[in-house]
Amino acid sequence: MVPDTDWPETLLHVVSGKGGTGKSTVAAALALSLAQSGRRVMLMEVESRQGIAQMFDTPPLPHEERRIASAPNGGEVWALAVEPEEALLEYLELFYNLRRAGSVLRKMGAIEFVTTVAPGLRDVLLTGKTIELARRKAKGISPAYDAVVLDAPPTGRITRFLNVNTEVAGLAKVGPIRSQADSVMSVLRSKRTAIHLVTLLEEMPVQETLDGIAEIRDAALPVGSVIVNMRRPHVPHEQEIVELTDRKRISAGLATAGLDKGKTRIADVLLSEAREHASRLEMESVERARIAETGLPVYDLPVISGGIDTAALYELAALLNEQGLA
Amino acid sequence: MSEQMRPLDGPALDIEQLIQDPRTRIIVCCGSGGVGKTTTAAALGLRAAENGRSVCVLTIDPARRLAQAMGLTVLDNTPRPVTGINTAKGGNLSAMMLDMKRTFDEVVESHSDKARAQQILTNPFYQALSSSFAGTQEYMAMEKLSQLRAQADREGTWDLIIVDTPPSRSALDFLDAPERLSSFLDGKFIRILSAPARGAGKGLGKLVGAGVGLFAGVLNKVLGAQLLSDLGTFVAAIDTMFGGFRQRAVETYALLAAEGTAFVVVAAPERDALREASYFVDRLISDHMPLAGLVVNRMQNANAEDLSADQARAAAERIEGDDATVASLLTMHAMRLDEAARQRRLVARFSGAHPSVSMRGVPALAQDVHDLDGLREIGALLGQPT
Repeated sequence: MVPDTDWPETLLHVVSGKGGTGKSTVAAALALSLAQSGRRVMLMEVESRQGIAQMFDTPPLPHEERRIASAPNGGEVWALAVEPEEALLEYLELFYNLRRAGSVLRKMGAIEFVTTVAPGLRDVLLTGKTIELARRKAKGISPAYDAVVLDAPPTGRITRFLNVNTEVAGLAKVGPIRSQADSVMSVLRSKRTAIHLVTLLEEMPVQETLDGIAEIRDAALPVGSVIVNMRRPHVPHEQEIVELTDRKRISAGLATAGLDKGKTRIADVLLSEAREHASRLEMESVERARIAETGLPVYDLPVISGGIDTAALYELAALLNEQGLA
Repeated sequence: MSEQMRPLDGPALDIEQLIQDPRTRIIVCCGSGGVGKTTTAAALGLRAAENGRSVCVLTIDPARRLAQAMGLTVLDNTPRPVTGINTAKGGNLSAMMLDMKRTFDEVVESHSDKARAQQILTNPFYQALSSSFAGTQEYMAMEKLSQLRAQADREGTWDLIIVDTPPSRSALDFLDAPERLSSFLDGKFIRILSAPARGAGKGLGKLVGAGVGLFAGVLNKVLGAQLLSDLGTFVAAIDTMFGGFRQRAVETYALLAAEGTAFVVVAAPERDALREASYFVDRLISDHMPLAGLVVNRMQNANAEDLSADQARAAAERIEGDDATVASLLTMHAMRLDEAARQRRLVARFSGAHPSVSMRGVPALAQDVHDLDGLREIGALLGQPT
């Protein structure tokens, strides 16, 4: 059963975002939220950072699909940290039945070439692996997935990363590489893919998000949504604080609270904090308006004060379910 | 208006001393994305220049407004003077944005004759490699650094070059470049690839030797004949310049490891950013690279001297019924203090794991930096006496 979601047709969720916006956290939370109501979800990371293992508090992930979390009604999150070398060998085996060529290639320095000296080819392997997982039919011990979440490279690189197969198609006019590249692009450009961009409600990350959206759209790739992450905690009456410009009123409040000692200095500190808060609120509303102009759906996630652990991920996942991202 | 900040635990990183010392010739800023690395590089450059040094700042991919602040409106791969700085002490500041493709083209042109260069530059494989594929940026940033340094030595243009690095772990891939290029060049791979274009054999299938036939078959099968021939032509053409390439990588490595270079790792007070900083620090130390220390940007600055978080919360509760707005302001003050304390705990944990690494915290500004005044303010915060 597919739950009530804004993205019923999406099979592959690509999560990108400027560095420091918490895209890996959002990707993990999204995977958990998709796994609700009994689905099997694959969460992939491609930048060899072992972020998934840290968030889910498991030992480092090998290049191997592992179940790392479960959700109600039999839902499961599986994870894979893709290693380019392994992906290359798999690729050879999968398409050409040439796995045994691996050791020869290694001796030749070819693996080194593909995975490091020409790192662009790395992206070909990584996107290829992503699509393979997304389209896989259950076979033997390999499970099929109801959805794949890709913790993708950051916004600055995402278009180049996803579009790498178009480059390849330009280089290889015919042959198996060409058909593989075409088939990867056909999934990435379809309704079955959604690219979500994670941002903070700050000027630079929003700017980068807007630039990223323009680039992705130019490349005819499907932008999904904007996810505003790490919203600061709600404070009651925060709009009224903006109007608090009267030091006397603050002093009076402090006196009522019995804080007479150093009252003037404290009032000054609080007043400057009130001003800072006011300019922050203004900036946030400006940035939110800029995001709204894109016409994309927007989802919000709060900052988690104690840092991200598995419990926090479930909390964020529930919020994504509530808002309809999954 | 620069707010003072309580120093971080652990040895202090003396930025002022670092940028004033004429022996400091190169500063490399590295760290994960979103931590304010480019801003730090630009602020260091401006401060050093206004202190009398001749500085060139090489940025990789600056945010638009930051680029504008430094007058970087044209991307022509050449340092341009930054106007609007205080030159009273005789210093000057130039800045440039890296144009990866053009840098790569220049490498090709400088390492081969005209005809061959043309052959490489028009090769489809080269064009894809130099402009579209990821990873090239890291190498080209370092290539540009050594070009700038050579120019500085030759023409006496700059006595300090500050370089920003791409925002990924692979930013340190250039440390591996000499070794990688060597293993690549010494491998048979490149010979085989370039063989058909050299006209030595009549196609890959004709090459003999254990494994080679199989390998050639793999290549033919996987790459297809047309791509293979483009690749072969490309490899054959760059074959001659690879020696120079390797030599350059070795020299750059030596330049980075030399006295006169200082690595500044930049982080934000968040768990992920500090984890990345740990990775950079460990990597630099294990490669014996001259690590100056860690800059932690955007620290929550909170004044707890007059009113602690607990006091603020208690006071908020007491006046909730009288003035709910002031009560909220007090609650917010308490939250700020909590956040500041949390950040300090994270930094302290880093420091515990790396007790010998010098550190410097920079308080968060209310607004993003988009002009020279903003950079100056950051520079002043960085340069504050320790």
